[in-house]
Amino acid sequence: MTVLVDKGTRVLCQGFTGRQGTFHSEQAIAYGTNLVGGVTPGKGGETHLGRPVFDTVHRAVGATGADATMIYVPAAFAADAILEAADAGIRVIVCITEGIPVLDMLRVRAALEGSGSILIGPNCPGIITPGECKIGIMPGGIHSPGRVGIVSRSGTLTYEAVFQTTNAGLGQSTCIGIGGDPIHGLDFVACLALFEQDPETDGVVLVGEIGGAEEEAAAAFIREHMTKPVVAYIAGVTAPSGKRMGHAGAIITGGRGTAEGKYAALDQAGVVTVRSPAEMGPRMADLLAT
Amino acid sequence: MNLHEFQAKGLFSRYDIPIPRGQVADTPALAGRVAGELGGRRWVVKAQVHAGGRGKAGGIAIVDNIEQVEAEAGRLLGSRLVTRQSGPDGLPVERVLVEVPTGIARELYLGALVDREARQVAFMASAAGGMEIEEVAAESPERILVTRVHPAVGLQPWQARRLGFGLGLPGEQVRSLAGLMDGLYRLFVDLDASLAEINPLVVTDGGELIALDAKVNLDDNALFRHPDLHALRDPSQEDALEAEARAHDLSYISLDGNIGCMVNGAGLAMATMDLVKLHGGEPANFLDVGGGTTAARVAEAFKLILSDPKVKAVLINIFGGIVRCDLIAEGIIHAVQEVHVGVPVVVRLEGTNATQGLAMLAASTLPIETAASLREAADRVVSAARGQG
Repeated sequence: MTVLVDKGTRVLCQGFTGRQGTFHSEQAIAYGTNLVGGVTPGKGGETHLGRPVFDTVHRAVGATGADATMIYVPAAFAADAILEAADAGIRVIVCITEGIPVLDMLRVRAALEGSGSILIGPNCPGIITPGECKIGIMPGGIHSPGRVGIVSRSGTLTYEAVFQTTNAGLGQSTCIGIGGDPIHGLDFVACLALFEQDPETDGVVLVGEIGGAEEEAAAAFIREHMTKPVVAYIAGVTAPSGKRMGHAGAIITGGRGTAEGKYAALDQAGVVTVRSPAEMGPRMADLLAT
Repeated sequence: MNLHEFQAKGLFSRYDIPIPRGQVADTPALAGRVAGELGGRRWVVKAQVHAGGRGKAGGIAIVDNIEQVEAEAGRLLGSRLVTRQSGPDGLPVERVLVEVPTGIARELYLGALVDREARQVAFMASAAGGMEIEEVAAESPERILVTRVHPAVGLQPWQARRLGFGLGLPGEQVRSLAGLMDGLYRLFVDLDASLAEINPLVVTDGGELIALDAKVNLDDNALFRHPDLHALRDPSQEDALEAEARAHDLSYISLDGNIGCMVNGAGLAMATMDLVKLHGGEPANFLDVGGGTTAARVAEAFKLILSDPKVKAVLINIFGGIVRCDLIAEGIIHAVQEVHVGVPVVVRLEGTNATQGLAMLAASTLPIETAASLREAADRVVSAARGQG
């Protein structure tokens, strides 16, 4: 068993025939993901990349039994795409799209309450269970099946953690990019809970950054509930206050959301924190060797 | 996107939020004419800049004849106003707002923002009007009243009653507050605001509520559905380099150090700055070149980094995932030649085809050093910057 997705997961792509959707669907198929079809309104009945195209998610689910989706539609239509997937009963909704209006996400989160769907993202690299299922834009080749769960708010910084744990011979159970937006789906605490329960996962690398209070919530959860070792790195110690650092959610406001504050909360919870991004993999290897 | 006070007040009046009578002017003569049209014997002249703390910085004047209106407008227009929020260089004053004065009985604070933890729009109110809300929050959080709005239900009358009676307002004024909050919430949702703040919200001598100041920030990601609001952007109030970067789809923030950083991905870009600092250097900037790192983008990024005269060395840190590192190396070589980069450049490439990419860079005769790891890259760029001292 792994976390959320595996080789049995039947994956759809929304925005299937667009440039991004096409490129990343090809990559997913090449990786071995069970991509069962895609959705592009108005192109239902066509075939794309050898898979059927549907007009609606409901029809796609009816015909293929899909239980996960990856969304590559433009920001203006992304909230609608997430809600359509949820209504069609998709279990894992991965939204890659960047730049969705905050108030759209606020309404989406309220609408998803109690729906049974899990949202990953938006503005994220996606989720991958190495060797089984890749849903997202991450480069498949740097991953290897293994023991470490990775959860991160950043894209390329996730790849650093993946690369380092691959080089250390540990590999990854599942890697989840939860996204860089202020309002998003699955959070650190939910991912940590999944990794704690997953027998394939022996330790977790958590990659946080400035802004919000999710790392602080993660610290409290780890202290109370985690038995597996966690290595945490927080980006943005040198980030100035009041400036948005690329990600919509990466901003220190009114002295809140600083990297130092997050490190302090994690240190107090007994989490192994590293100050250099080069130390994530090596530190995890030390912990799992003992 | 941040708005000027006069623009925010223009939006307020569309949503029935009471504001003082007034008009914006961009010359002293026009300011005088506006004052004459407003009538009365006293006027307030307010510098329009994207920063708080204008009063203490001399950006607001109360005067009692038209000549003084013109004189104050003449003093402010064309100057740069330095406030505690503007940065040391200040911000250019290109317009003043001329208003009739308001008789003040009480000064309150009212603001609406997106509460990311609660995932709802939150209203905050405080009897400590005129003070910065962050200060109030830090020193006496019990003086801030908060109520959050469920997006499916919208703002409810009880929420205004809770804040209004909590502020000690009499029933009549609580009703005014309810109307005002309703307008502010509609504005927030209709226009995709990220912040809408009235500080101070004044109770006048006559017991009326009026927005003496106005601050509205809009969600850049939602501007596509508000084409009419695009025109409200004022580039003169923004950092020139950051605006230039945005035009090229690059994310750039200038910092105080001397090591330029070029990185793909926002998280890795922050991590690279931190790493430079950890190894004894000071980063000159945050720069995310994004996913599709082409020669043209790398060249634009170099131009941005090098337009900062403090930069003594450049660190390029790219994790090539789907983009191949040999292509990135080609882009870097092109860009270094095209832009005539005169400072040492240290490159760390990792990911797909990294070995080929590094070999190409090492074989070039350009001032490019390669590094095999994050640590080595940071050490090298820090000593390169020292060498250039």
